[in-house]
Amino acid sequence: MARIGGLKILLQLSSVTKSFGAVRALKGVSFDLRGGEVHALLGENGAGKSTLIKIVTGAHRPDGGSIEIAGQPVRHLTPSTAHKLGIACIYQQPALFPDLTVAENIALRLEPATAARKVNWRERRARAAELLQRIGADLSPEAEVRSLSMPEQQLVEIACALGAGARIVIMDEPTASLTQKEQQLLFDVVRGLRAGGVGIIYISHRLDEIFQLADRVTVLRDGESVGTQLVRRTGVAPVSNQTELAAHAGPENGDRRDACPTLTESELIKLMVGREVSHIYPPSEAEPGEVVLWLKNLGCAASGVKNVSLAVRAGEVLGLAGLVGAGRTELARVLFGITPADAGEIQLNGKRVTIRSPREAVAQGIAYVPEDRRRHGVILELPIAHNLTLAIHRRLFPGAWLRFGAERQMALEFIHDLDVKASGPEAPGASLSGGNQQKTSLARWLATKPRLLILDEPTQGVDVGAKSEIHRIIRRLAREGLAVLMISSDLPEILGMSDRIGVMRGGTLVAMLPGRSAAHEVMAAALGQAR
Amino acid sequence: MLNEIREPQCAQQAGASASDSGTRTSLGFRNFVVGFSHRHFREVSVAAALLVLLAALAIFAPAFYQPQPLLSLLTREAPTLVVACGMALVIISRQIDISVGSQFAVCSVSAGLLAALNWPLALVLPASIALGAALGAINGALVAGLRLPSIVVTLATMVTWREALRWLRQGEFVNLPDGAQWFGLSQVTGQITLIVVALTLLVALALAMKHLAAGRFVYAVGSDAEAARLAGIRPQLTTFFAFVLLGALVGLAAMMNVVQSPQVDPKSGTGLELKVIAAVVVGGVAISGGRGNLWGVFAGLLLLACISPALTHLRVEAYWEKAIQGAIILLAVVADGLRSRKERH
Repeated sequence: MARIGGLKILLQLSSVTKSFGAVRALKGVSFDLRGGEVHALLGENGAGKSTLIKIVTGAHRPDGGSIEIAGQPVRHLTPSTAHKLGIACIYQQPALFPDLTVAENIALRLEPATAARKVNWRERRARAAELLQRIGADLSPEAEVRSLSMPEQQLVEIACALGAGARIVIMDEPTASLTQKEQQLLFDVVRGLRAGGVGIIYISHRLDEIFQLADRVTVLRDGESVGTQLVRRTGVAPVSNQTELAAHAGPENGDRRDACPTLTESELIKLMVGREVSHIYPPSEAEPGEVVLWLKNLGCAASGVKNVSLAVRAGEVLGLAGLVGAGRTELARVLFGITPADAGEIQLNGKRVTIRSPREAVAQGIAYVPEDRRRHGVILELPIAHNLTLAIHRRLFPGAWLRFGAERQMALEFIHDLDVKASGPEAPGASLSGGNQQKTSLARWLATKPRLLILDEPTQGVDVGAKSEIHRIIRRLAREGLAVLMISSDLPEILGMSDRIGVMRGGTLVAMLPGRSAAHEVMAAALGQAR
Repeated sequence: MLNEIREPQCAQQAGASASDSGTRTSLGFRNFVVGFSHRHFREVSVAAALLVLLAALAIFAPAFYQPQPLLSLLTREAPTLVVACGMALVIISRQIDISVGSQFAVCSVSAGLLAALNWPLALVLPASIALGAALGAINGALVAGLRLPSIVVTLATMVTWREALRWLRQGEFVNLPDGAQWFGLSQVTGQITLIVVALTLLVALALAMKHLAAGRFVYAVGSDAEAARLAGIRPQLTTFFAFVLLGALVGLAAMMNVVQSPQVDPKSGTGLELKVIAAVVVGGVAISGGRGNLWGVFAGLLLLACISPALTHLRVEAYWEKAIQGAIILLAVVADGLRSRKERH
């Protein structure tokens, strides 16, 4: 067992790979966690963080590579063996039973799951009280979880992890819904855990937190680790011994760390995005025409969109970048009338409009290809032909009487035009692959002959070939005079496809950048860093 | 299924030397049959079961095919078929209505009272349909407008209508005036009229579901209401009108039942919802919505309706009727469950 000045390796992942269908989520990631350190995991959306975490908690089985826990190789890691080996995960949304008390919730995790046994209530309460005290939480074991605030519920989760003897604690964006004060409280608890020799994997998008809390940071990009680095801490004095860590880290992780032992925020951002935009993106040749969509101070309290002002021109692809939860999909849903706007103004082709339902949006010439294609993009039970004509019944069949010949003809044209791989127009939506479902969803909306096309994650979960085909289709549509608003978490896609790039954060538009911006500029705006 | 997939390969191997033009046409026809029976597997299997039952009766109990009892059987089932068509629409749109029996009773008694007031039947009929549609609209408004679960809403209206009727009428029968029975026609003509009405409605609705945009919307809403909404369809409106149509059909069916006897029983329609839902489910309509058609419902209804006379003719104890019907329903649901499990993987 490797021992480094009291910091032993708790978890070692070596060249772990994992694919979902054609998508390679992890392409051989190595990662190690030592007792008594906070190891931050950083990366864009879809870089592979969640997949890595799910492999550590046993939810996913890796396709290749090896996992060692406390020096012992582990073959089949399942959620229950992970639990027994002392791995605990604290999610952004605590998974507690709201109607039970704190003590009961802790007991459910820690006591054996035998149905017929006598419950020792006194012991149960005493243990809960002891665990809560150990993490310095001022909570009554008798309190109903429903009555607790979000950070208090997280403390209960941490108490559970501690009670289970967890040596490896994973925290997935724990501060996403916390106030500044609650955050500091949580940090104190995390530091306490670290002092007790627990290894913590900490996932967060907030760079300031990482600089306050983390000892090391590993950056993932496109399913690969692009480096593990020491963090120059700006917060309180570290508990673990940083110099020893650094001294040891050199020979093990290569020369990169020796050359650059600590790093700054901008270096970190560059690491996250640092890559050339490859040349597979078709060039933009469109000359932007008239303004199609014009928004002024648009807001919707219910979905958290506020104060968005922008303009999209005919023939232009406006990319919308931002982190998950930045309000991009919410903005699209406001524009499409799913959650109608309650503030500001929408103009289409220079005319002021109100859009209160998807129906009205369709009538105004807006098309929306939603993010969750599997659920709402195509109707799986209907044949392709029916899916294609669903939004244009009134136009294609003026008498409400369906004309199957015309429908079939149109379906064949779109299948040919977008190169949908299907056995025919009669094949049900469920029989198509992801990329072809996406094309079908797109075709339905093109059939409405829209003026504004909103694409939400158009190539998510789509294999590489279909992806570049969809990119070519988007380019062609723009050239034909469509205004395209493209939401994407795929930064190269945003950079490669957009004529201009709007960056959203916290429900509002924070930056409007030219199409040829550098990746780190976009990322910095999305993360809220001053440039 | 496995055999069907393998067979063409075997045919190719065996007939490698055979002239190919002939093989190709027969394969094309076979592919069509295989494709059709694959896509309409449930409907085809119910129809096959019905044919097997009818063939068995023809061989072992030809007495079943005497015209008068057969006509009576079909006349009895005609109102049920009308309600089943409406129920199929509601279930395809992913809702359910268990209050149809109570609606049926309310419409029957009301129609009887109007007829007893010497209203002409030409006015009683639309009145009954309008009343049914209004009752359906109440269910529809609660389910679609307030987005309440249809099983609870219609459970409540089922009990409410039934008990209100009992309180108002104290279980009293309504005597129809002379000339109301069989619309004043001879019995056989009246029976044939009812059967023709039911079959005409079946064909009309089945064609509408396939050829009208509205029918497509019902399937779309039942498959995925959110996706349908994003495509510009109004799912709540679709659901509402499915309930209204079912109510109107119940009103018509009540009238078709009233004219069959000289009195109106205030308890008529008891258990109708179970009979109708059973026929719809056996006929291959997915209880989870979005799938099925009225031809299957027709076959399912006939299959269930033939069980009782078949048992009598085959001299099996009549007690078995309900158990056999239950087994058929269970078989249908299990078949659906296995199929959707297979599709998910």
